[in-house]
Amino acid sequence: MSNSEKTAAIRTRIWREEPEADNPFATRAAYCRGFDVYGEMLGNARWVEMLYLLFREQAPSPAQADLLEALAVALANPGPRDASVHAAMCGGVCGSTAASTLMAALAVGAGNLSGGREVYLAMQGWGECGTDVAAWRNRRERLALGMDTIWPEPEHPPGFDPHGVSTATHVKQTLSCLAGLSEGIYLVWLQQNLPELESIVGCPLALSGVAAAAFADLGFSPDQGEMLHLLLRLPGAAAHALEQKPLGYKNFPFGTVELENEEQP
Amino acid sequence: MSERKYGPDSLQENVGVLKSRMGTFYPGSHVIFRGHDLHRDLKDMDWMALYVFGITGRRFSEQQLRLLHALWTYTSYPDVRLWNNRVAALAGSARSTGTLGMAAALAVSEASIYGGGNYTRAVRFLVFAREHVAAGGDLAECVHQELKRNRSMAGYGRPLVNGDERNPHILALAEELELDQGVYLRMALEIEQILLASRMRIKMNYVGLSAALVADMSFSPREFYLFAFPAFLAGMPPGFIEASERTEGTLYPLACDDVLYEGESCRPWLKSGNDVPI
Repeated sequence: MSNSEKTAAIRTRIWREEPEADNPFATRAAYCRGFDVYGEMLGNARWVEMLYLLFREQAPSPAQADLLEALAVALANPGPRDASVHAAMCGGVCGSTAASTLMAALAVGAGNLSGGREVYLAMQGWGECGTDVAAWRNRRERLALGMDTIWPEPEHPPGFDPHGVSTATHVKQTLSCLAGLSEGIYLVWLQQNLPELESIVGCPLALSGVAAAAFADLGFSPDQGEMLHLLLRLPGAAAHALEQKPLGYKNFPFGTVELENEEQP
Repeated sequence: MSERKYGPDSLQENVGVLKSRMGTFYPGSHVIFRGHDLHRDLKDMDWMALYVFGITGRRFSEQQLRLLHALWTYTSYPDVRLWNNRVAALAGSARSTGTLGMAAALAVSEASIYGGGNYTRAVRFLVFAREHVAAGGDLAECVHQELKRNRSMAGYGRPLVNGDERNPHILALAEELELDQGVYLRMALEIEQILLASRMRIKMNYVGLSAALVADMSFSPREFYLFAFPAFLAGMPPGFIEASERTEGTLYPLACDDVLYEGESCRPWLKSGNDVPI
């Protein structure tokens, strides 16, 4: 039976494997988007080139690879104060499985506050508004309307820090570095128009907002940007979870609860 | 709910302080669950009753709890072809842990074509439609507007077949328990008639019926969403166990040729910044 006749086959534009002569389940050669992964890419391709290639049809240009790599460095560790890393440490400190600590980081880091969903919504903003300040102003008003999804309604403009006072230095440093590397239009425009945008939304830019503009400059869709943001923040979660493991729960904040009266329905 | 405050002052106010109206435990002593002592006041509570009490803060009648139990029981399918169940079973086949497999399986149940993604939409629409009709609006017009807006109707239609084998059994139980006369259920059935008469000819599914029944118990969209979270759970362990007992890796094995490649042809890799193939 030929491939095209197999109704149960998985269809993909990403990956093709050739079997060993003695075993149809063992890989003799694997091709990613047509490139020989183990025969040519291995030892010659950068990790970010492989990452980009998995999500896009073509390999990145050197400048795109540099931008993605710099973004990956910026996102690699949200730090132990971040809720997603905190969640991972809750797993690590009590000896939970490695996968569950990453699942915890993914779940908590998926939402509207600094998470994947925030990047998704911010990237939708780049698609809808582009480099039109008036459109960003109108979007600010539209976002207040109800959204019919499983996600909670955004409580702040996606990509901006609702608890911020001024643009944090590490956000400015990241924006400056990435804008300098980008061949796209969004990061540079964001840097040039930041004061006006922050004035419109009423709070300072967050790292998630820089990430969203970078993903947009790299040509990723909001779905791809959301997924990559989730992926690229995991290294720090993993490292902090492992670090807490030998320290144990006695050295990890537990706290006390002040009970408030339950409102009777 | 108190007014939301933002900024570093708001964060500072909450440093080291955990305020809760939901509960806490006093190690070695007792546990407070929504204002009640878990081991004294709630010790005889049915688990479902406790679960929905934790979500809603309300108590439900024996009849209502039986119906809520049934909503979970009737959708517990031990079939590993179902995408969420397959995650649990693949975890078994790949020799992962049961908790990881089933936790991931429950998480992917929050899908858009089935499960979690439809729960809140279904209840929200029922509440909206009821208000629309109460204000003198037309239900059919409301349904058609929703279809136009979303190109689908949460609670109606199904990925694999049109029709839902769970619904007759749920309706029969609701009738037996005298929980079949609610305003939302009657409206949901009316919506089904509108859709059957339309070009789409789609029937009510499990989510649509469940949403109507729990809306008649005054569940909010979020309360329904949280209630429904474990709905598929009982169907997952059998698949995990069976896959764990078979030879490792033998669930859904795929030979290299079972992957239908539709992408770029073979091409040489150009090393970064280089135009020359390696």
